[in-house]
Amino acid sequence: MQSVAKNSDPGSVILELRDIKTHFPVRQGFLFRKQTGTVKAVDGVSLSVQHGEVLGLVGESGCGKSTLARTIMQLLPTTGGSVILEGKNLTQSTASSVHDIRRDLQMVFQDPYASLNPRMTVFATLAEPMLVHRVCKPAEVVSKVSQLMELVGLAPRFMQKYPHEFSGGQRQRIAIARALALQPKVIIADEPVSALDVSVQAQILNLLASLVRKMGLSLVFIAHDLSVVKHISDRVAVMYLGRIVELGRAVDVIENPQHPYTRALVSAIPLPNPDAERARQRIMLPGDPPSPINPPSGCAFHPRCPYVQERCKAVVPPLIAFQNHDVACVRLGEV
Amino acid sequence: MPLLKVTDLRTHFHTRSGVYRAVDGISFHLDRGETLGIVGESGSGKSVTVHSLMGLVPRPPGRIESGSAIFDGVDLLNCPPATLRSIRGKRISMIFQDPMTSLNPYLRVSEQLIEPLLIHEKITKADALKRALSMLEEVGINDAAKRIHYYPHEFSGGMRQRVMIAMALITKPELLIADEPTTALDVTVQAQILDLIKKMRREAGMAVIFITHDLGVVSGLCDRVLVMYAGRIVETADIRTLFYQPKHPYTRALQRSIPSTQPKGAELFTIPGMPPDISKPIVGCAFAPRCEHAADLCRSGVPELVPIANDHEQACLRVQAGEL
Repeated sequence: MQSVAKNSDPGSVILELRDIKTHFPVRQGFLFRKQTGTVKAVDGVSLSVQHGEVLGLVGESGCGKSTLARTIMQLLPTTGGSVILEGKNLTQSTASSVHDIRRDLQMVFQDPYASLNPRMTVFATLAEPMLVHRVCKPAEVVSKVSQLMELVGLAPRFMQKYPHEFSGGQRQRIAIARALALQPKVIIADEPVSALDVSVQAQILNLLASLVRKMGLSLVFIAHDLSVVKHISDRVAVMYLGRIVELGRAVDVIENPQHPYTRALVSAIPLPNPDAERARQRIMLPGDPPSPINPPSGCAFHPRCPYVQERCKAVVPPLIAFQNHDVACVRLGEV
Repeated sequence: MPLLKVTDLRTHFHTRSGVYRAVDGISFHLDRGETLGIVGESGSGKSVTVHSLMGLVPRPPGRIESGSAIFDGVDLLNCPPATLRSIRGKRISMIFQDPMTSLNPYLRVSEQLIEPLLIHEKITKADALKRALSMLEEVGINDAAKRIHYYPHEFSGGMRQRVMIAMALITKPELLIADEPTTALDVTVQAQILDLIKKMRREAGMAVIFITHDLGVVSGLCDRVLVMYAGRIVETADIRTLFYQPKHPYTRALQRSIPSTQPKGAELFTIPGMPPDISKPIVGCAFAPRCEHAADLCRSGVPELVPIANDHEQACLRVQAGEL
């Protein structure tokens, strides 16, 4: 594919999120449904993604990772803040300009069993975005589709097959090919390997890494598995209850975690080494993440934090630069 | 005498598109209080193995073609249904991968918790409820007296898995079978659940069969591991030998494909190709088409599980021939 020239200029910001808020109303009652509360799924996230960069986004289920992904894609309305792609503010754009912007911004979903239409052949799935956006002449579509299939490691002779005829890993390749069909600049991958076997996971990770290199793509990679995120990402953002608690280069964040939550996440990764695994002290987090309907006061992590103090309950800590990365903890440097 | 001894188990599925040899001649044993891990990719036959032991294979299309599974003197595969019912849920319990679909959404947790007690023990409902309550407290559910009357949807994923564990352990089983119980959970919750299984195992002295595709999970929990591929066992060893001196090329490949053991940014090691189609007869070693060490020998000979050291068996012909 010839998109390398299009995505040049590494180092400059391509996607910027400014104080994104995505809230959902909670309604109760049958006839006159009154709003009784608000779920603050994403509550003030600011991030930037550079050309050719892989940004990993980690956190437990319910922390707002997927909501953030969908907000960036404009699949959900933003409550506040702005998503800026190459200088264009998507949150203030009209529907038709969002349609045009989608060409540059594509998504890969977690479950390749649910995200492909079972009644569409691979050809139809991959051709549809190109026809909708009129990126090539109808006569060229077949050759474009076979190029795409080769790019993701599928044989073009399977073009007329349906999704159920493929394995999970192959389906995820089709989903990736669909996202690449318009030669986007940014891809948002929401847990693209969580549903796959370990050996297939490695294949898909290799594919994504090589596509980023070859096509100069920027990738927002969402996962809950820190070891996978560490491997593929340049930078990592750790989310907890709708906010970023730690952000920095992948090696800094994962090998030298400063936020107590990141430390607990890192210590929960099972090590494939019996002696090391049995010898180590694990930071066991009690309970589940709290409900975003009714978030704890101050630092949202305080009810589960082993280092909690009174002042943690009072203020929401901002992200502060510390030891090469940004951390949002009141007791930064003390613990 | 081992608690469970499985010999030459074969479970095949007879479907319109052919006979699927999901489990094709496996033998293993489990001692009292021992924790055995079964590792393999999806489709390798891990779940079908334990479902066969529990009589949970749908028949038809499934059929147990041969084999025996002696649990404390009783052959689970060839015993009267009443005998199996008296063992299953009482002396052998099972927890499943997805706690959302394996709890009944229409019944309160209390009713599901006491069901095994009412079936297997002469106990009044009030006493059963008391036991259920103390069990829920033991698996770490706060405010159990109130929450015991909740429905499953009122619990989070990790809490539901705790309820499942409470349900499985309430009859004090001698063997707990856990079929990927943490795969659907977050890493932090997974750590909690693994910790809980370790604690309950220590307190009750029960044996555990733990199925997973994650070698990392196995390393902290299991005493011994079986590695399965295409319905057969390719290697079995105690946990340290398996991690530090794996012999079979498949075990080694599985270990090498774990991202955390590989240098950052480098191309990850992957096993080329896909698992074989088990509906077709496999000639030679099933792993040969994907194996970097495959030789002519592997495509013709029949690999058998052969001991190479105390408690260490493996089924690679080239290792057995001393070539690897």
